[in-house]
Amino acid sequence: MGRKLLTEHINVEGIETFDVYRKHGGYRSVEKALKTMTPDEVVEEVKKSGLRGRGGAGFPAGMKWSFLAKPEGVPRYLVCNADESEPGTFKDRQLMSKLPHLLIEGMITGSYALGARTSYIYIRGELLYVLRILEKAIAEAYAAGFLGENILGSGYSLDLHVHPGAGAYICGEETALLESLEGKRGNPRNKPPFPAVQGLYARPTVVNNVETIAAVPVIVNEGGDEYAKIGIGKSTGTKLISACGHLNKPGIYEIELGLPVEEFIYSDEYCGGIWKGRDLKAVVAGGSSVPILPKELILKTAAGENRLMTYESLSDGGFVTGTMLGSGGFIAMDETTCIVKNTWNFSRFYHHESCGQCSPCREGTGWMEKVLHRLEHGHGAMHDIDLLVSVAKQIEGNTICPLGEAAAWPVAAAVRHFRDEFEWHVKHPKEATAPGAVYRGAAVLA
Amino acid sequence: MEPTTAPTKPQFSPAAQAEIKRLLSHYPADKSKSALLPILHIAQAEFGGWVSPEVQDLVAETLSIKPIEVYEVSSFYTMYNLKPVGKHVLEICRTGPCMLRGSDELTANLERITGAKVGGTSPDGNFTLKEVECLAACGFAPIVQVREKYYEQLDTPEAVDAMLNELRGQIHRPILSWEENSSLPNSLKNN
Repeated sequence: MGRKLLTEHINVEGIETFDVYRKHGGYRSVEKALKTMTPDEVVEEVKKSGLRGRGGAGFPAGMKWSFLAKPEGVPRYLVCNADESEPGTFKDRQLMSKLPHLLIEGMITGSYALGARTSYIYIRGELLYVLRILEKAIAEAYAAGFLGENILGSGYSLDLHVHPGAGAYICGEETALLESLEGKRGNPRNKPPFPAVQGLYARPTVVNNVETIAAVPVIVNEGGDEYAKIGIGKSTGTKLISACGHLNKPGIYEIELGLPVEEFIYSDEYCGGIWKGRDLKAVVAGGSSVPILPKELILKTAAGENRLMTYESLSDGGFVTGTMLGSGGFIAMDETTCIVKNTWNFSRFYHHESCGQCSPCREGTGWMEKVLHRLEHGHGAMHDIDLLVSVAKQIEGNTICPLGEAAAWPVAAAVRHFRDEFEWHVKHPKEATAPGAVYRGAAVLA
Repeated sequence: MEPTTAPTKPQFSPAAQAEIKRLLSHYPADKSKSALLPILHIAQAEFGGWVSPEVQDLVAETLSIKPIEVYEVSSFYTMYNLKPVGKHVLEICRTGPCMLRGSDELTANLERITGAKVGGTSPDGNFTLKEVECLAACGFAPIVQVREKYYEQLDTPEAVDAMLNELRGQIHRPILSWEENSSLPNSLKNN
């Protein structure tokens, strides 16, 4: 049983209230930081912890914090990215609705470290009920003297607000999020300048994912070195995994990084195996944008080593035989899943969510969706399969923001690992499009 | 010919005005445009679940910005309805993880039961069906969002019936906390 650094008290009755949260050790990091540490000492602990951005990119959080420009007399901001919308990912929603004070505590301690006097939580508009939970908790924190003027008599003051989006995956990209927070369309900005120099209202800004900020209290309380003892190598601490798809026990699991993938899928402590007694066919391990892997490659690397839930192990083999930990959105697919249909579904998603700014993404995502649609419906030709790979390649690296890559990777990986299933759709359209059709391997092509 | 009466200009209720004032205090005084998205949410709740051009003009006036600045935002974000909707908008998640757990079947069942097609409203005016992308609740698929509530694990006829029956029993649910303590919103007064 792994340690639970974020979710230890998640099922305590009333933990969403200030009093119960406080009784279980809540807000200690605010007291410790504001009374005994300088802001730079807090940043140093986060650096030592090895904490990496939990939204998907995995960039070291302490380093991101240390990049923040600090010109005299200019306000700077900490913005929490709660725009969770990467398909397969639903950890932040759970964390915020059950442990709102954990995020608020992390925002206060983090804002202190960065010298922010006003901070925002940008939450996706669909989660209006979570926005209410957060606003209620924020009001409690103000009443208890943990927000507002002169917090705990330290001389440090902070205002914290929640801001709703209104339905746009692209606003999870940090510069699109900042545009949206300024009341505009969520079009990602050209970089540089990076938000650390010119972010919200052109002021220095740090944008961090909910789970990243929620890890700050435990790092401050126990020390960065202690935190770094959990996990393997550069994958330190714990990670929330959103398990979904064809699993017996889908849900949120906090794991110590380093857990074997096989144990995560099959042990009763976690997902309890594949539903309906079926076999596993494929996994998308880190949210819809990371490469899909067939069963054999998600359980073991190409070199035959056990695949572990770490940034490094999951990406072992690069994109030829590996994938990414990403956001921890873990989508399992059983043996009856049609990979072509699933890839088309994801392509439709990216086409729908492309902001339209860059031609390769705006046109390319639509093109891939169309080609996949005709393959899925039995109207595809052999050259369509190579066309998909070609379009994906031309999107990748040619857009302002990473949505281009997010759209290209799943398509390229599906063709890479499941080419025979795509070919089956071309060669045997009647069988492939029959209701309940299941591809059972290359043998049926004979 | 019957004389046509000029449509009355929409106005925010006092409760909505108070909430708008509170929201504006969240942003620097010269950055009030930041409140555009939250105010559009309020406007949509106030005026029948959608934002007409007149309502969008009211929002522009409230923030002292050009109407085009509102139009370009309302047309970008999927939560703003730009056409009239039924009493309840059922936002059905259609993305991969929900599809793996039966969202296609759910959509077909909802079309059959309500008589509405995706993108349209049922003949009784109760339900508008809208397909949306990932709602971030994949572990509880398939999912429908109705205003601020998520209906989860809708993979049995019983669960679907329970949701529809609950909705039929309501004419309107509050969308933001300010409504809970306020008098009836305009959208209901007009009913």
